[in-house]
Amino acid sequence: MTNLWSELFSFSNYGELLILLRNSILAAAVLGLTGGLVGVFVMARDLPFAVHAISELSFAGAAAGLLFGIGVVEGSLAGSLTAALLIGILGSRARDRNSIIAVLMPFGLGLGIVCLSLYTGRAANKFGLLTGQIVAVDNPRLLSLLIICGIVIAALLVIWRPLMFVSVDPQVAEARGVHSVALSIAFMILLGMATAVSVQIVGALLVLSVLVTPAAAALRVSASPVLVPLLSTLFALTAMLGGIMLALGGSIPISPYVTTISFLIYLACRAWAAHHNRQARSTPIGIAHDSPR
Amino acid sequence: MTATTSQRAKTRRAAAKTPIVALRDASLRFGSRTLWSRLNLQVHPGEFVAVLGPNGAGKTSLLRAILGLQPLTSGSIELLGAPVRRGHRQVGYIPQQRLVDRGIPLRARDFVGLGLDGHRFGLALPSGARRRAVDTMLATIDATSFAASRMGNLSGGEQQRLRIGQALIGNPRLLLCDEPLISLDLNQQRAVSNLINASRRSAGRAVVMITHDINPVLGMVDTVVYLAGGQVRTGTVDGVLTSAVLSELYQTPVDVIRTRGRILVVGLPDTAYEGHEAAPGHPPGGLP
Repeated sequence: MTNLWSELFSFSNYGELLILLRNSILAAAVLGLTGGLVGVFVMARDLPFAVHAISELSFAGAAAGLLFGIGVVEGSLAGSLTAALLIGILGSRARDRNSIIAVLMPFGLGLGIVCLSLYTGRAANKFGLLTGQIVAVDNPRLLSLLIICGIVIAALLVIWRPLMFVSVDPQVAEARGVHSVALSIAFMILLGMATAVSVQIVGALLVLSVLVTPAAAALRVSASPVLVPLLSTLFALTAMLGGIMLALGGSIPISPYVTTISFLIYLACRAWAAHHNRQARSTPIGIAHDSPR
Repeated sequence: MTATTSQRAKTRRAAAKTPIVALRDASLRFGSRTLWSRLNLQVHPGEFVAVLGPNGAGKTSLLRAILGLQPLTSGSIELLGAPVRRGHRQVGYIPQQRLVDRGIPLRARDFVGLGLDGHRFGLALPSGARRRAVDTMLATIDATSFAASRMGNLSGGEQQRLRIGQALIGNPRLLLCDEPLISLDLNQQRAVSNLINASRRSAGRAVVMITHDINPVLGMVDTVVYLAGGQVRTGTVDGVLTSAVLSELYQTPVDVIRTRGRILVVGLPDTAYEGHEAAPGHPPGGLP
């Protein structure tokens, strides 16, 4: 029992580890910020399932990158952008989208497994793509992550309002001159980029805990267009940073810590919302205390 | 100050002469099927146009054509004196009802606010003027009590009022509504149609409304456009909604009965059923 405990949590030489893993902590923070913001639109546009498909193809790309020596970053970006664009262009209607996603997902996973089986390098690299690894963030990889996340966040803030308009009612937005197709494709590209960087850190199987769970939790407790992105970002940051702090001590990958924290936050938000609802039966969920009713 | 006022008055007078919408010999065909052809229509400021016709007659396509989202097969459409282009800031559009998803992080007031600046890039900065504009509109559409509620939690009638608020807050010259009264109870129908009617004359705003039932807007409509079987009839309510005109359009005997200030259409083919019977509890005489 003590053995298991020390595998999960061990904090000897913690201070030294923190300094050594400065890169990893920075990466986690930036990823949390990106995931929290992107997640708001993943929820608003009903794309959680799509995120999963994109991450599987991103995994295939990363595995191919590893096998052919092109590089994991390049490979995972190529994979996730391909998936995101396919879903964005072919699946504008929800029904089409679901079937396209279901077709892409096993194909991506299969492709990735082929590449990993053929790969003869370090085994830790293989496992890392599926379940995440945070310790080996070297400077060039951190730089690529910072650049990609920077682009995603900046672009998302620029298109935030019209993208929200299009997500609420594409017909009305189009009537006002908003290009709904262009914006949807643009968002899919940003989503692909965000997924690619997430796959490298938390792993292909657990991307949803960064790109979906925090926003879903935030939506439970608020409907404010300002508070939801703020809370979502806060939740994602907590999960990522909390996850890495705990992962440093133990010997298992970072992802279970991240997913668990993310899940607990979600549970807490649900409980809060349920409690709040019971208190005010007629009051719909939302931070609305300041307005008289 | 006086200069700008008189200038504004002058532009308003000039604007009053140019029709807001002008369709000339407009036709729309999908494959071999003609939805409507040789449609000529001018909509002037303050005018209320009702578009009627059976399902599939191309009513929604007509609105989309005016919005520049549906190219014509032939003919032309001008909006505010210029050929239509894709989307227009001076047009408010209320498409057929579609409920807002719960995953949308917007409260009622944010939803209405999208009508002001939802098309703009960049983040919105907090602004007192914007806030006041939204508050005023919420009061106009009687939505103040649920202004802070999540959109996805509101009823169909509440959402519909907010959609009208969202369309009107941009102060459009033209309001296009696609069945705005559907799925509303009689009180709400009256509230919504009065809201649309009240907003038009003072603002010089034209309204084009698709409706399957003319009765809720009977006292308001200036012009009726009736689309059926690839044909178009345009005119006043009395000129178009007659047994002779509708029988010719549908090529089957149709009776138009006027009773207690309401219009009932009897004998339509099943696929084209419209003209609701008076609902129980509906006051005789219909709407003013």
